[in-house]
Amino acid sequence: MVLQMNHIMKIYSNGVVANEDVSIELKKGEIHALLGENGAGKSTLMKVLFGIESPDEGQIVLNGQETAIKSPQDAINKGIGMVHQHFMLVPSLTVAENIILGVEPKKYGFFIHMEKAISEAEEIAKKYNFDIDVRAKVEEIPVGIKQKVEILKALYRGADILILDEPTAVLTPQETDELFVQLEKLRDSGHTIIFISHKLDEIKKICNRATIMRSGKSMGTYEVKDISTEEMSRLMVGRDVILTFDKKPSNPKEVLMRVRNLSVRNNQGVQKIEDLSFDLRGGEILGIAGVEGNGQSELIDSITGLNKSYKGSIYIKDTDIEKSSIKEIRDLKLGHIPEDRMTSGCAGNLNILENLFSNQYTNQEYSGKMLLKTKRIQERSEELIVEYLVKCKSFRQNVGMLSGGNIQKVIVAREFSTEPDIIIANQPTRGVDVGAAEFIRRRLLEFRDKGCAIILVSADLNEVFSLSDRLAVMYKGKFSGMFTDVSAVTEEELGQYMLGLKHQEVQEGVIYE
Amino acid sequence: MLQNLLSPEFFNAILRATTPILFAALASSVASKSGITNMALEGIMLFSALFGVIFSAMTGSFPLGLLLTMVAGGVIGLMLAFFVLNLKTDEILAAIAINLMATGGTVLLMLAVSGDRGSSTSISNVSAPKIVIPLIDQIPFLGKILSGQNLMTYLSILAVVVMHLFLYKTPLGLKIRAVGENKNAAESVGISARKIQYIALILSGVLASMGGFFLSGGYMNMFTKDMSAGKGYIALAASAMGGDTPVGGFLVSLLFGAAQALANMMQLTDIPHELIQMVPYLTTLVGLGIYSYMGVRKRQKLAGK
Repeated sequence: MVLQMNHIMKIYSNGVVANEDVSIELKKGEIHALLGENGAGKSTLMKVLFGIESPDEGQIVLNGQETAIKSPQDAINKGIGMVHQHFMLVPSLTVAENIILGVEPKKYGFFIHMEKAISEAEEIAKKYNFDIDVRAKVEEIPVGIKQKVEILKALYRGADILILDEPTAVLTPQETDELFVQLEKLRDSGHTIIFISHKLDEIKKICNRATIMRSGKSMGTYEVKDISTEEMSRLMVGRDVILTFDKKPSNPKEVLMRVRNLSVRNNQGVQKIEDLSFDLRGGEILGIAGVEGNGQSELIDSITGLNKSYKGSIYIKDTDIEKSSIKEIRDLKLGHIPEDRMTSGCAGNLNILENLFSNQYTNQEYSGKMLLKTKRIQERSEELIVEYLVKCKSFRQNVGMLSGGNIQKVIVAREFSTEPDIIIANQPTRGVDVGAAEFIRRRLLEFRDKGCAIILVSADLNEVFSLSDRLAVMYKGKFSGMFTDVSAVTEEELGQYMLGLKHQEVQEGVIYE
Repeated sequence: MLQNLLSPEFFNAILRATTPILFAALASSVASKSGITNMALEGIMLFSALFGVIFSAMTGSFPLGLLLTMVAGGVIGLMLAFFVLNLKTDEILAAIAINLMATGGTVLLMLAVSGDRGSSTSISNVSAPKIVIPLIDQIPFLGKILSGQNLMTYLSILAVVVMHLFLYKTPLGLKIRAVGENKNAAESVGISARKIQYIALILSGVLASMGGFFLSGGYMNMFTKDMSAGKGYIALAASAMGGDTPVGGFLVSLLFGAAQALANMMQLTDIPHELIQMVPYLTTLVGLGIYSYMGVRKRQKLAGK
């Protein structure tokens, strides 16, 4: 047993319980998968191990001795290396310079011994069979090689335990295969590897054991050869509590939004949405489930006008929005609760009133020819604060000072107060306390009953299950499944669609016209 | 006029006019490489020009005066670092504060020390000596350019070499460049970004102070009010146009030095001197314009347009 993390507890200052009594054991010379959805607490656990976060409770036992890891430097000194998902490389420096950065070999006491650095870098690359030109500049090498540089960097610093954070997320299938060969070689030479992922096929392929995490807790450690992918997916995405709403059956009306043959590439040229078509009707909630990064954000950005470089067409109430500004799209009575409330949801340094009216300052009711109708706006703000149960001292308080749940209520109040016909709710209850989440969900249902068309993107399976009238699963930029009767779907089944293990060839109820 | 432009005296004047800009450009490059724009160069130079006069008069010695001035420059760099890195002041605002303090502070200090408001003629400072290099001064034409310069001018060119070696061949230089380009990457391997930026800003202050010392103890032999006259800002432009490298900054500084020397020489002509005084600044503006345009073109090319 090379490493044990026992009963780790980590609660962030905003009250989010990221790790709750999590334990994990690593055997020397194994590739150990850490499996879980985004937000399941994998990253936090690894940050604790790498000294970026300190645990509130629990102990770390390294090579039989209890130890405290105070900083990344401390972790490196203790033989733990981490390859971050976002590479920690300096682009204009060479591969060799990046490898030796911070531990440079010297000559004449003052200069870098560059020949020695290069030969050492080449030596270590050769030792582990990495085919790399160490004289090349990092900015000129492909992503797959950059990752190898990161691994070499850790090895050069004497890492015995390597943490790889979703290493295949940025790689092509060929690069992934190559990486796996190298990881197996590292394992055979006695290194221990923690492989963070949510791709089950990869874990099956390369890992010896897997620890599965869900909403901050460990669901146990399993021998990979003894557990089926179905079982893994059930442990990974299963529901803890069943939410119940006394929800009336939906009564869908006319189609309010049509998406046709939508394709989106991100700015690295990666295809994020591929030929996606669907309809959205008034009076229904279309839930979109899926592991993050499968095109959900790109879809929402395209619909709401934040992303303009897409192929295909999007019609809102028969208006093609390709050339419409965000304001024009909003004027079609579309409300948007964005995914990241702090960056695109609100202006943290402005007060509640200013945030509440940031989409209404041209409205005749609140604005005269030159000046805002301050008194009317203040009255309305107070009404909205009461109606949406925003806990605050007054509308003059800065939004950034409120708790996450109350910020979200301000955003919801702003979006709903214009009486929209279409609501795009992207992770509307993420990081929001239970009470506020419940409140937001009820509001969404009220709007549905009034005939509003709603798209709900959520990583919370509970939420999509209990609110959606139709449920689509996104996988690699497409719908891998579409369910018109949500109650007939089991969570195991949904998990398999989310992870790409299942795919509907023919989909019912996607398009209505 | 043309004859004047081709004379060795003119080229000699270019090197002389380049010296203060070059020191400040090197100061800017080391700060920029660490990820901080040191706009306080102007103020540091102005302070140092006065300190140079005071310290060299006090000690009666040029090397001691220079050394004390360099320490003072380093302290101002340290102050800037403290504002920016510890107190999280905006780096531009902190620099503006230092520059404004220099404008008023130097006059106040000079009044206190010499009783004079405009210049320090009553203080007998010790300037940096001129150096005649044997043999080289015998070479026709070139000898008159390369020999007989002020010691500070030779030091500035030596500083280009030293700074190049420092930034590109030493561990500390590597760390400075790493911090400036990707702070997270540097910190992930245990480098303290704050410590590195402190070192870079102190060094930047020391280099700028050498430029300031030359203004009052070489280029002229006294301190006059506002004598840095925007050279710190011109140096910022020079460094940026030179890609924040010491050698690049040197080449662009030469260009700006030439503009300054040209302006000085044109004062002998009939052209109104207000127009002539614009030449160095106009050159900077045009230079920056060309530099930005080239940057835009390069990006367009990369985007395939």
